[in-house]
Amino acid sequence: MYKISLRERVPSTTLATRNTFPYIMPDSQQESLFQQKVDAEQKIEPRDWMPDGYRKNLVRQISQHAHSEIVGMLPEGNWITRAPSLRRKTILLAKVQDEAGHGLYLYSAAETLGTGRDEMVDQLLSGAAKYSSIFNYPTLTWADIGAIGWLVDGAAIMNQVMLCRTSYGPYARAMVRICKEESFHQRQGYDILITLSKGTPEQKAMAQDALDRWWWPSLMMFGPSDKDSPHSAQSLKWKIKRQSNDELRQIFIDRTVSQAEFLGLKIPDPKLKWNEATQHYDWGEIDWTEFNEVIRGNGPCNAERMAARRKAHADGAWVREAALAYAGKKSKRNAA
Amino acid sequence: MSEQEALFRYTLRMGDNSLVLGHRNSEWCGHGPVLEEDIAQANIALDLIGQARNYLTYAGEVEAKFRPSALPTGQAGPLRTEDDLAYLRGEREYINVQLVELPKGDYARTIVRSFLFDAFHLPLQQALTTSKDERLKGIAEKAVKEVTYHLRHSSEWLVRFGDGTEESHRRAQEALDDLWRYTGELFTPDEAEEVLAKAGIAPKLADVKQEWSATVDRVLKEATLKRPADGWMASGGKKGIHTEHLGPMLAEMQTLQRSYPGVEW
Ligand SMILES: [Fe+2]
Ligand SMILES: [Fe+2]
Repeated sequence: MYKISLRERVPSTTLATRNTFPYIMPDSQQESLFQQKVDAEQKIEPRDWMPDGYRKNLVRQISQHAHSEIVGMLPEGNWITRAPSLRRKTILLAKVQDEAGHGLYLYSAAETLGTGRDEMVDQLLSGAAKYSSIFNYPTLTWADIGAIGWLVDGAAIMNQVMLCRTSYGPYARAMVRICKEESFHQRQGYDILITLSKGTPEQKAMAQDALDRWWWPSLMMFGPSDKDSPHSAQSLKWKIKRQSNDELRQIFIDRTVSQAEFLGLKIPDPKLKWNEATQHYDWGEIDWTEFNEVIRGNGPCNAERMAARRKAHADGAWVREAALAYAGKKSKRNAA
Repeated sequence: MSEQEALFRYTLRMGDNSLVLGHRNSEWCGHGPVLEEDIAQANIALDLIGQARNYLTYAGEVEAKFRPSALPTGQAGPLRTEDDLAYLRGEREYINVQLVELPKGDYARTIVRSFLFDAFHLPLQQALTTSKDERLKGIAEKAVKEVTYHLRHSSEWLVRFGDGTEESHRRAQEALDDLWRYTGELFTPDEAEEVLAKAGIAPKLADVKQEWSATVDRVLKEATLKRPADGWMASGGKKGIHTEHLGPMLAEMQTLQRSYPGVEW
C-alpha cells in the first residue's frame, strides 16, 4: 500500500531507446512519423519514440502542474482549521485532499517520461521548477476559499479540460480523472459565495473583497499573452496544448461575468463590456509587471510557500528514512 | 443521572473525542512528511469529523428530549445542532479526553497518539455495534470500518518508527513515554459511562481496556518499543478540565462563528 522513494529511477535515455524500431530510422523520419501520429489525434504513449524537445516540454509542464497542486494546498489549508461549519470543514478538507491526489497522479504521469518524483520535488524546493503563481497570493478571509474554488479552480478547469485531449496519453488520462473533481471544487467554491452573497452586509462585503483581490490573478493564470508566450507555438503544434492562452482566457471571462452577476458582485474591471460585434466581452489590461514580479519570486507569499514546503520536506526526512530503513530490514528478513 | 442525560453526555463525549482528534490530524494537510501521508491524515480526519457530526447531531436531539429548556438564550431553533455544539461551547464545556487535544507535535507524536487512541477506539466501536441504542449501533457499524483502517495505519507507522532508524526509534519511544500518562483517562468511567454500561447501551471500559492492552503489547513488541510503566495519570478532560492546549485550538476553530454570531455560512 505504501510507496515511498524506493521506486526505481529510469534514466530518460533508457526509455527513449528501449522502443526504437527494429531497424535504424533517422531522427528526421521518426519525427515526421511522430508528427503524423499527433496530427491524426493518436495518443503518444511512454514507449513511443518522441522528440527530445517534446519530452522535455512535457516533463516541465506536467511537473509544474503537479507542483501547483501541492503548493496550492497551502493557501486553502490555511482555512481548514477555521472553516465556519463542520460541513464546510469536511468539504474543504476533502478538496485539499483531492489536490494532493492530483499531485500524485501528475507526478506519476511525469515519471512515465523518465523523471523521478524525488528529482522533481528537489527542483521545486531548489526553486528551479515553477508552480502556478496564483498560489503566491494570501487567503485572508473565508470568502477567499469561495473565490479560489470559483475562480482559481474555474480557470484551472479551462486548461485541464483542454488537456484531456493533449497528445501524451498518460497526461490526458490523468486529466480526465482530475477534471471530474475540479468541477466539484468549482461548484463548492461558488456555493460558499452564494451563501455569503445572500448573507449579512458584512458577508457580502467579504465576498466582494475576495473577488476584487482574486479576479486579476485568476486571469493571469492563463499565462502570458500569446504574443509573449515562449513555449506556446511549439506546444500547439505538438498538441500538448490545444488552445492558446488568450483564447482560454477569453472563454473564461465570457463565462464568469454572468456568474458574478448572479452573485450580485461586481468584477473589478471598469473596461469590462459586452461587445455585440465579437460576441465576447471586452476587458481591461492585465498588470504584466505584477505578473512578472510574482513569477520572479516577489509575490506576497512566494517566500512563505517555499518555506512551508521546504520545512515539511526537511521535517519529514527522518520519517522517510525510517520507512526506507524498515522496508530494507523487512525485505532482508523475508529473503532469509 | 437519568439514562437520557447519561446518553447526552456520552454522545457528546464521543463527538468531542472524534472532532478534536480529527481537527488535530487535519493540521497535517499540506505539511506531511510525504505526500501519501497528507492524504492519509486527511482521510482519517474526514472519518473522525464525520463521526463527530453523527454524534453531535444525536447529542443535540437527545438533549432536547430531556432538557428542552436548557437552550442558551438568544438561540434560534428548538435544539442544538452539530454546529451549535461544535462552535458555541467553550473549553470547559468540551468533555473529550485530554489525549486527543494535545498538539500534533512531530510525526512520531502524532502517530503514537493516534495509535493509543485507535487501539481504544476500535474495541469501543466494536462493542457499540451491539448497543441497545439503535442510533449508537448504526453509527458504530460505519465507524468500525473506519477505525479499523485508522488502527492499521497508526500501527504500521509505529512499527516502522520503532524498528526503523535509531532516530525514529528514539522519537517514538519519547512520544510514548510522554503520552502514556494520558491513557489512564480513557478507561476511568464517569457517571454517564457507568449508567450506560448498566443499561447495556455502552460497554464497560474495563473490557475495552483488556483489548487495548493486548493490542498495545502486540504492536509495541513488533516495534521493539518499551511499554512504559503505569505511573501518575492525567485526568479531567471528561469533566471539562483540560490542558492549556484545547482553548487555543477552539479559539481558532470557532473564530468565524464567534465573530459573526448567528449567521449562515
Ligand atoms: Fe487540482
Ligand atoms: Fe481543485
